[in-house]
Amino acid sequence: MHFRSLAAIALALVMTVGCTAKETKPDATTPLANPDVILATTTSTQDSGLLDVLIPLFQKDTGYKIKPIAVGTGAALAMGEKGEADVLLVHAPADEKKLVDSGAAIERRLVAHNDYIVVGPKEDPAGVKGTKTAAEAMKKIADAKVIFISRGDDSGTHKKELSLWKTAGVKNEGQWYQQTGQGMGQTLNVANEKLGYTLTDRATFLSLQKNLSLEMLLEGDAPLLNIYHVMLVNPAKFRKVNAEGAKAFHAFLLSQEGQEAIGQFGVEKYGKPLFFPDGGKTEEQLTATK
Amino acid sequence: METIWQGVKEAIHLLYTRDPETLRITFLTLRVSGLATLISVLIGVPLGILLALSRFPGRRVLISLVNTGMALPPVVVGLWVSIFLWRNGPLGFLGIMYTPAAIVVAQTVIAAPVVAGFTVAGISQLDPQLTLQLTALGASRWQLYWLLVREAKLSILAAVIAGFGAVVSEVGASTMVGGNILGQTRVLTTATVMEVSKGNYSLAIGVSIVLLLLAYAVTFALTLLQQRGRQPWLMR
Repeated sequence: MHFRSLAAIALALVMTVGCTAKETKPDATTPLANPDVILATTTSTQDSGLLDVLIPLFQKDTGYKIKPIAVGTGAALAMGEKGEADVLLVHAPADEKKLVDSGAAIERRLVAHNDYIVVGPKEDPAGVKGTKTAAEAMKKIADAKVIFISRGDDSGTHKKELSLWKTAGVKNEGQWYQQTGQGMGQTLNVANEKLGYTLTDRATFLSLQKNLSLEMLLEGDAPLLNIYHVMLVNPAKFRKVNAEGAKAFHAFLLSQEGQEAIGQFGVEKYGKPLFFPDGGKTEEQLTATK
Repeated sequence: METIWQGVKEAIHLLYTRDPETLRITFLTLRVSGLATLISVLIGVPLGILLALSRFPGRRVLISLVNTGMALPPVVVGLWVSIFLWRNGPLGFLGIMYTPAAIVVAQTVIAAPVVAGFTVAGISQLDPQLTLQLTALGASRWQLYWLLVREAKLSILAAVIAGFGAVVSEVGASTMVGGNILGQTRVLTTATVMEVSKGNYSLAIGVSIVLLLLAYAVTFALTLLQQRGRQPWLMR
């Protein structure tokens, strides 16, 4: 049957591409059994440009090839939960703990922190400027019914935002509350166009600020701490996980070299770091000093 | 307007300096979408001929399915192909998730119905007498198919152009199954989306112009092939 043979040719072609794609230059001298490491992470690490610094550094040292999949933290955790990633770099502590408790992830370590900030239009119609706490700011926005642009994508930032509405004791419902379902960069763009408020991590805001007319209106409240953890997807539970590669990246992030790279990132461009390295610390130590 | 101008300058800069990253992404785009189109032709043209020429119960239902497939949303394809290619999915043993091969698979699923649909239309349009005549003149089955394809050359090349156009421009499936990984699966469309979310508008416009130029160059080449040696019908 000619159709079947054509299908076979097609399949063979697909395989060829698959193989050639895998063969391309592992940059280390010693060949690795499985060089591909899937890193499921948040959009903020990609949109801020941090990954563009960390990944080449790690690859140069080890010869592993990181495949960063930048999705919301919710999606990244889901990938970990299904064993579809090897290592996770995420920022939703409560949900991370659940994943560790379920046995899907292990070796959860603090990597770095920065903070969330509330940004909004210059005119600040809700009067957020001058408020002291995030809860107070959220209440003012809800009371004034001015547009608030939510990530709405189950990301770490979205989870934080939902917890802030809860603390504020107001309902995030109505015409004024709009969800983009997209990454931080896109959400900031939408807030900018619609003259709305939004909650953002500082790193993404600083790296996009040149295109935005939004202003930082609230910072420094303790609940606004944004903590990034790295975790390994448990190879005992998912046998297809690249345990060696994941462990190597995990160790790199916590190594002196990795921590310095994180602390230096953004200093040259913005005059201040975008992330503060916390390797070796515990979450309790971090929140206590804040 | 300032942004557009910056973007155009960025495009010229990318092309003039032969920016290695842009070149790599452009070649990958061409390779992936070109291969997906090729496979789609290998599947879609025979399928189209079969559907156009044979008579069997359920044929019209099949053709309508193919025609619906012409409008398959790339994100839907991306989702389904992901589910199959995930490590723990039915085809996980292939290990091609987040590789260019995965994008080729997804784009083939998108383009094959387009090619098949256009082929059905093109072959069906031929005079039914032609098949009869060719058979009477002693053409074998394969010779018949070949001659019909030649007769329907215009439509079939239109099918190729439409198939390539569908895949080179899609972003949903490429993002989902490729992951937009720098140096591995980043193609021109996913790079454009990413630069927009990074707020690098001029670079995004630059990349989009490169994409348009690539699409135009390929389509132009195919159009030349399509129109080659074409004379007014009456003079043939």
